Amino acid sequence: MAGTAVRGRLTWATATVGAVSDETAQVRTLRLEVPDWPGHQAGQHLDVRLTADDGYQAERAYSIAAAPGEPLAITVERLDDGEVSPYLTQDARPGDEFEVRGPVGGYFVWEPAFGGPLLLAAGGSGVVPLRAILRHRARTGSAVPVRLLYSSRSWQDVIYSSELDFPPEGVQVIHTLTRSQPPAWTGYARRVDREMLAEVAWPAGAPSPSAGPLAYVCGPTSFVESVAASLVALGYPAERVKTERFGATGQ
Amino acid sequence: MSPISRGFRRRREEAPAGRVPPGQYVTADFPVLSAGPTPRTPLTEWSFSIAGGREPKMWTWEQFRMLPTETLTTDIHCVTRWSKLDTVWEGVSLDVLLGAVDYSARYVLAFSDGGYTTNLPVADLLGGKAWVAFGFGGAPLGAEHGGPARLLVPHLYFWKSAKWVRGLRLRDTDEPGFWENYGYHMYGDPWREQRYAGD
Repeated sequence: MAGTAVRGRLTWATATVGAVSDETAQVRTLRLEVPDWPGHQAGQHLDVRLTADDGYQAERAYSIAAAPGEPLAITVERLDDGEVSPYLTQDARPGDEFEVRGPVGGYFVWEPAFGGPLLLAAGGSGVVPLRAILRHRARTGSAVPVRLLYSSRSWQDVIYSSELDFPPEGVQVIHTLTRSQPPAWTGYARRVDREMLAEVAWPAGAPSPSAGPLAYVCGPTSFVESVAASLVALGYPAERVKTERFGATGQ
Repeated sequence: MSPISRGFRRRREEAPAGRVPPGQYVTADFPVLSAGPTPRTPLTEWSFSIAGGREPKMWTWEQFRMLPTETLTTDIHCVTRWSKLDTVWEGVSLDVLLGAVDYSARYVLAFSDGGYTTNLPVADLLGGKAWVAFGFGGAPLGAEHGGPARLLVPHLYFWKSAKWVRGLRLRDTDEPGFWENYGYHMYGDPWREQRYAGD
């Protein structure tokens, strides 16, 4: 597997919180102003370092929610037993400062030249890097067909709902709501399984490492394990299934 | 000088002194991080090989499981910042495996089912510091954690402990593996916080 060129040293830079917006009761998007941000690819993440007034520091990684060229932003889900996410989703206000470095990760990325069709499968806040991919597709004028299969607990837990309600041409958004559904819901109402993927995913193409649909799967470990294994069972070559997993306490 | 993040304070208990490398936090979970689907190779098709010595060497699963094993308790440190303490593993020491090969190389590239690779100095695999592990917590190592067998090099960040490992290629030069090609550190010492190239 060929990688991109090894980059230079990643150094910490001061990020100033810009606009913040609540996506759901648990999830907030923070715009970050970072002078000299080197740019990033759709799908990459960055490291955040918080410093308390007693010098204590904590670092975590967050997926970048913005497409390349857009103002930098992260979308953070609050984990109640977490240390960094409660601060970012409840305490941080515009003008506050912390440190970031990145971008990090170069495998779970998409560029128009990679082609498609694309199957994006998101579990919960795993939608964040996939949203960056969707926005990158739109900004670059790519016509690659996309299906986003997005699993949330309930309609209230859907992140980026206003954006996903009106997808651009060529993008289909298919929701499944695993815990509760609004009245008259006619969509999927269970965890993503092989049968659902057989209905939603692009049929696997020729079993070649470089052709056919390309899948990006992001979410909690159990979601990713199950979806990736189902895609392989449906004929997707393993090389065409890129995964990013959130450990139980990883984000 | 890092800016103070207004209102941020420690919310986790401090780890035992000297037990956790800088920037890490302790978790009781065992998070999973991998770049693709979990490969599932039947044991009848599994082998472990070492290439690049005077003679190539290969063990089938049956032969591998005839080798002397060790049970060890160790801490593991993932570059994504979780550390897990007192994990219990069973495996075959790399001293045993490399001891079966005549070689002069100073580096290896470990390779795995699914195409994953990672690079390590030979010196970091010898002297009771590294194993090919097939047991975790008294049970067979689960596929999502790298089973049937993974490399275990607990003194380096855990991406060096290649899951689904199938062998080593001995090399005279240190060549980057999968994550190292994407900007992660060539050596990966958690105590020196060598997460990315240049750290």
